[in-house]
Amino acid sequence: MNALKRKLTVVETERCVGCQSCMFACSRRQGEAGLTNSCIAVRSIGGMERGFTVVVCHACENPPCANVCPTDALKKRKGGGVLLQADACIGCGNCLKACLIGAIEMDKTTMKPAICIHCGYCVSFCPHNVLGYNRAKSDEENAQ
Amino acid sequence: MKKMLNKESLDNVLYINLSKKTFKIEKRTELFEKYIGGTGVATQLLLEECPQGIDPLGAENPIIFAVGPLTALYPLASKTVAMFKSPLTGNLGESHCGGRSAVAIRMAGYGAIVIKGASDIPLYLSIQSGKVLFRDASLLWGLRTDSTGRIIRENETGAGLRTIMRIGRAGENLVSYASVATETYRHFGRLGLGAVFGAKKLKAIVVQGKSSLPVTDWKQYRKSYDEIYQQAVHSPVMKKYHDLGTAENVFPLSAKGGLPTKNLQEASFSNAQAISGENFAKNFLGRRLACSHCPVGCIHIAALREPCTAEDYFYKTSMISYDYEPIYALGSLLGISTPDAFLRLMDVVEACGIDAMSAGVVLAWATETYAKGLISPKETLGIIPLWGDDSAYIAMVKNIADRKNDFYKDLGRGVEQAARIYGNIDGALSFGKNEMPGYHTGAGTHIGTLIGMRHSHLDNAGYSIDQKMSAKGNVSPQQLVDALLEEERWRQILSSLVVCFFARGIYTPELVSQLLALSGLNMPPGKLNDIGRSIHLQKYLFKKREGFSFDDMLIPRRILETPAPGGKIDEEYIRQALVYIKTILASDNG
Repeated sequence: MNALKRKLTVVETERCVGCQSCMFACSRRQGEAGLTNSCIAVRSIGGMERGFTVVVCHACENPPCANVCPTDALKKRKGGGVLLQADACIGCGNCLKACLIGAIEMDKTTMKPAICIHCGYCVSFCPHNVLGYNRAKSDEENAQ
Repeated sequence: MKKMLNKESLDNVLYINLSKKTFKIEKRTELFEKYIGGTGVATQLLLEECPQGIDPLGAENPIIFAVGPLTALYPLASKTVAMFKSPLTGNLGESHCGGRSAVAIRMAGYGAIVIKGASDIPLYLSIQSGKVLFRDASLLWGLRTDSTGRIIRENETGAGLRTIMRIGRAGENLVSYASVATETYRHFGRLGLGAVFGAKKLKAIVVQGKSSLPVTDWKQYRKSYDEIYQQAVHSPVMKKYHDLGTAENVFPLSAKGGLPTKNLQEASFSNAQAISGENFAKNFLGRRLACSHCPVGCIHIAALREPCTAEDYFYKTSMISYDYEPIYALGSLLGISTPDAFLRLMDVVEACGIDAMSAGVVLAWATETYAKGLISPKETLGIIPLWGDDSAYIAMVKNIADRKNDFYKDLGRGVEQAARIYGNIDGALSFGKNEMPGYHTGAGTHIGTLIGMRHSHLDNAGYSIDQKMSAKGNVSPQQLVDALLEEERWRQILSSLVVCFFARGIYTPELVSQLLALSGLNMPPGKLNDIGRSIHLQKYLFKKREGFSFDDMLIPRRILETPAPGGKIDEEYIRQALVYIKTILASDNG
């Protein structure tokens, strides 16, 4: 299976205990210890008593974030989502506003968007199988 | 030695002055190099900032928070250590709290925070990287801890990356054992940090941060991270905290005869099954939660559905946390025999921001003292405390938090203070003016609490020593004290790393040395032991300076009267232990 075609998904939000191990894993994967450039957001739904929302990139097939990028810095990724061409990015933040689920955040140190590349590294650091790593549907499957 | 971290922010100490509404950040590299972080660093800052003999509720009492070098780098280094002078004991105050507090402080770029002075108006602090905002909290004064959290949540940024520490009415009204709640369900409990907040007119603190801790040796870092993570997730010693949680102890301890019941008139509870971890899990467990960067998720939340008015078809579902210690203090110790009644009482305790263990011990003493005729409806404002009657206890908790009359003010000063006024001192479960933890397993747990440099059964593991030692036969008081001391000195290191004590089996001295070496700190296990001994001693010297003495310690009669699993505990045995520890600490001090 082509790794590029797999994508990160949220399998069962209700199992999330809010430990944020996935967020730390995402940063580690990118060569940082901490949270600066984490592309996952785990936060409570208005207080811990109501549980959590786990915000990950949906890997849209026609990504609104790419559509509003004035410099074409966001290239469509096979299997959905985008890949950031950092050199082309001017840090305008249009992509943040275009993503209705808020899956894009600005990395405050580089002033460029932190965007999930669907590498799947975080999945092995979710202790309760909240996250999954699946093959994206092909165009033929989608058509069915 | 090669440093793993090349842009360290841990040694930034944030100093905040509430009187002047100013702040400054100072580099205190030497403190963190010598004393690691957490308890070690906070002890030094307390010695620097807390003048001898001050009023714990005066403006000069400092509040100190500290985190450690592993926080946000490795799993389970998730505690924040708070230090202050305790309004409950008039002596060393140390309290640990998880939630999002430790990671938020570290990610905001601080290793420690020192808060001094007192505000003229209620305020809350918003602490971010490099700045502190002083916000008017007049509108929040008087609100429950959960409502306070909700309002601040909606007014501040940083969702998911912040901690919101706050007090309730008990803290505002200076109840000596008021707590500070974070993330709704975690606390700086015991010893009254909430009252110190209240005395400073400090309703809440929100800390947020999202930064990086650059690593140079990635290979080593990832390897050690993965090993610790795997152990945290798969080790059987961690599994119990995730499954039933600490409440799994309720039933077995009762069966052994070590569960304090009805003010320790008994040590096993006929209704233990009903308030057991098994029953909560089966019928009430609504959600489990974790502290930031801890994959274990030991926090257990019950869902309680109840009618919310007398009118039909109106219900409310409350999410209320439970753990072993609150189930002991607000359950068996009060003869509360149903989970619903425990949860109702717990909910009010949380809303008022009062320590669950101290509240339970105080109410248990009041129930017994009322039955003896030493207090009357005149004192209790007409409430008749009876074992198992949660509605009476709920009304009393509210009266304590509101300081309704002289009697409730006295209850709010702790069980020992109250017993010295109204009598029944033999029924006051007080250890150095602090209320008893939930273990009556033998001499070890009680001696551990009496001689401990904090307040917790977790500091010294007396209860597990009780079980190990009783299996081995007779143990002298000296052997017992040696075992307690060895463990407690090591735990000074764990709490300086701010590693959760539940993970003590993972963070061995060898592993800790290895991880510190990656951060450029050369501390082999032998040196760690020396530092642990030094921190322990300095806490003792602070206590001594503030008037602590092993000579005049009250030993609660009740722990001698009610047999523990190994039989009755001998007072002489405890006295010998106290004499011995005094000589040991004197020789430590040279």
